[in-house]
Amino acid sequence: MMKTELLAPIIFMPLIGAAILGIWGKHWSEKLIGAIACSTVGISTVLSFYLVFAKLLVLPADGRLLTQHLFTWIKAGSFRADFAFMVDPLSAVMLLFVTFVAFWIHVFATGYMHGEDGYYRFFAYLNLFMFMMLTLILADNFLLMFVGWEGVGLCSYLLIGYYFLKDSANDAAKKAFIVNRIGDAGFVLGVMLIFLHAGTISFIDKTVDGASVDSSFARLGKLFLNADPLWVVGTMTAIALLLFVGAIGKSAQIPLFVWLPDAMAGPTPVSALIHAATMVTAGVYMVARCSPIYTKSPTAMFVVAVVGGATALLAATIAIAQWDIKKVLAYSTVSQLGYMFLACGAGGFSAGIFHVFTHSFFKALLFLGAGSIIIGMHHEQDLRFMGGLKKYMPKTFWTVAMGWLAISGVPLFSGFFSKDDILYRTFSSSSLPSPWGAVLWVAGVATAGLTAIYMTRLVVLAFFGDERYRPHHEEGAHEVKAAHGHEESEATEDRAAYAHRLIPRESPANMWIPLVVLAVLSVAGGWIGISEGLTGGRIPNAFEHFLEPAIAKPVAISGELTVSAEHAESHTLELALTGLSAIIGIGGILIGWSWFKGRPLWQPPSLLENKYWVDEVYNRLFVEPIKSISTEFFWKVFDVKIIDGAVNGAAWLVSGMGDVLRLIQVGFTRVYAALILAGALVVIGYFLIGLNR
Amino acid sequence: MVPISWYLALSAILFTIGVVGVFVKQNAISIFMCIELMLNAVNLTLVTFSSFFNEVSGQLFVFIVMTVAAAEAAVGLAIIISIFRNRESINVDEANILKL
Repeated sequence: MMKTELLAPIIFMPLIGAAILGIWGKHWSEKLIGAIACSTVGISTVLSFYLVFAKLLVLPADGRLLTQHLFTWIKAGSFRADFAFMVDPLSAVMLLFVTFVAFWIHVFATGYMHGEDGYYRFFAYLNLFMFMMLTLILADNFLLMFVGWEGVGLCSYLLIGYYFLKDSANDAAKKAFIVNRIGDAGFVLGVMLIFLHAGTISFIDKTVDGASVDSSFARLGKLFLNADPLWVVGTMTAIALLLFVGAIGKSAQIPLFVWLPDAMAGPTPVSALIHAATMVTAGVYMVARCSPIYTKSPTAMFVVAVVGGATALLAATIAIAQWDIKKVLAYSTVSQLGYMFLACGAGGFSAGIFHVFTHSFFKALLFLGAGSIIIGMHHEQDLRFMGGLKKYMPKTFWTVAMGWLAISGVPLFSGFFSKDDILYRTFSSSSLPSPWGAVLWVAGVATAGLTAIYMTRLVVLAFFGDERYRPHHEEGAHEVKAAHGHEESEATEDRAAYAHRLIPRESPANMWIPLVVLAVLSVAGGWIGISEGLTGGRIPNAFEHFLEPAIAKPVAISGELTVSAEHAESHTLELALTGLSAIIGIGGILIGWSWFKGRPLWQPPSLLENKYWVDEVYNRLFVEPIKSISTEFFWKVFDVKIIDGAVNGAAWLVSGMGDVLRLIQVGFTRVYAALILAGALVVIGYFLIGLNR
Repeated sequence: MVPISWYLALSAILFTIGVVGVFVKQNAISIFMCIELMLNAVNLTLVTFSSFFNEVSGQLFVFIVMTVAAAEAAVGLAIIISIFRNRESINVDEANILKL
């Protein structure tokens, strides 16, 4: 274990940026604000790359761990939480892509946010988010990780509600915050349970101020040695499931995924950075970080896999029926996050992290591309009013096309390798009960096909076909709107009025350059983790081997398999499955192309368009009862009668006693003297009686 | 030798006279004199015990009480004069403005 001094600057640079912008930025020019915000994140990025490539990678493979202890944060009895950071292969992967993607999104945002009110506020929040995110992934114990975990939640809330004059943005922000709290409760309980049984919350073994601190994973592992195995597995399952509740909230899985699509009310760079590339993957990171716990509980692994698989499929079907370009991408994100959990649940933690890695590039790219379209279309987000943009926005089109091919799983693009790895791991998983690996694989393959279809739909509707924002197309759009209800008709008339002067334009350089960078990585980002099966085992999977020391291996439930025989067989199997998923990806694109090219305004089933009425069901089941309990009981009974009653009662009591006591205030000195005498007699009498007893 | 209880009884009688006087008298000067009577009853107790226990501090305390009584007399008489100037009377039943 080596020490380093670089982690603190990496983490605190964005905080410094946030402080400077938040305190003094109000009257500065956009250029200066953008320069400060980008440079703080840029410095962090450069330092991160230097740290990982020059300091971490030179260490021997099994000893890649750098730590920095700043101070002991909390010390109470046997409880100890340090303000200390660490980087191991797992956090290194997160660190690299988070800082890198964040830097380019900051650059993009300087163009996207041009002319918005509160430009400084936006970048202050964005920098603050970076600080919290880096704290989350570099923390060396659960409590500090939780600080980052809550911090990114706060920044997410602030940025979703960035347009705070809009009710919808405020509602979405509150929804995100509250739904996340539900998950966080599980996370906190999980951490408490870990402390209860392990007696420590550190991720690593270390020595601080002469005292040695054990890793909580190692301590939990020792439980297996001298306790009833059934009890230990139960404990592990409880811890793993509670932590997973936290992951469900943060990473928008069933049943807590409802906040993420609404979170699109925030500015698009926020959607790209927080709600696609970085924050929402924190749940996957946490599960991978706790892989030593998950691997000891087959039940928890199974739950993770099923939730992930179900979310992937469900969200993909919803994504196919959305009209808002950002909503499509939001459900796509939910679906891809489901993939990552599917991988983790199947025991392929490194495959899950690999998908986090590639997904961050292509999904950030797609969101930024959507942002570029939205700006180019003068803040139009509805796919029904786009079309034919390829001619006007060639750079945006070609970069988004890279993201589209990557997420659809076209061979040689990054998404292909990671998605394929996940599907193969699921199919061949030894930790899932026997038919479930295949069942979840089918769900995964179906999701892959749906992903290709809805992304093709998005691209076709946005870039190809008629230019539906032109006035003579308004009638067709009117019909669509009419079917939707009257409340939107005013907006439609406004559109008709300004559609005359609307000409889509390509975005400026500070917006398309990030697109190009991310497009390159969307293509090439997957090449570092090419699965061994695809090369017949000739080239080792560099990414997986890099992560290996930081991640626990899953335990097979059904006996030991002979490794070598299984290996040879698996390579053929993997090649076959890969071929299949490539066909599915390309097939999905072809289906989507041939279907939506002809009928872009095809009305999807209302069940899908209304997202299975999940929001409505939640409203009836949770929101309305809580509201009515709050008004009918907590407000009208508890608050008015009991709380106010107690307060008013205290005042009434005091004034009543005053009314009684003022009767003896007659104003005659001798009466007062008599009272004093009476009091003295009472006291003396009391003592006389006491003494006689 | 006169027993100690006699002194104490005398002291108690003097004190009670003082207390009763404070309550029944309406003239502020009379009340004032009753208060002095109570003080001196206590002084008598102190001197008695001092002599009985051969302890000088009781007598010292009497001097303190006398000093305070003298100061009190000065202040008290000033107050009485002030009341008289305002009310043309030193009947305490007429001085009831403590009640607002």
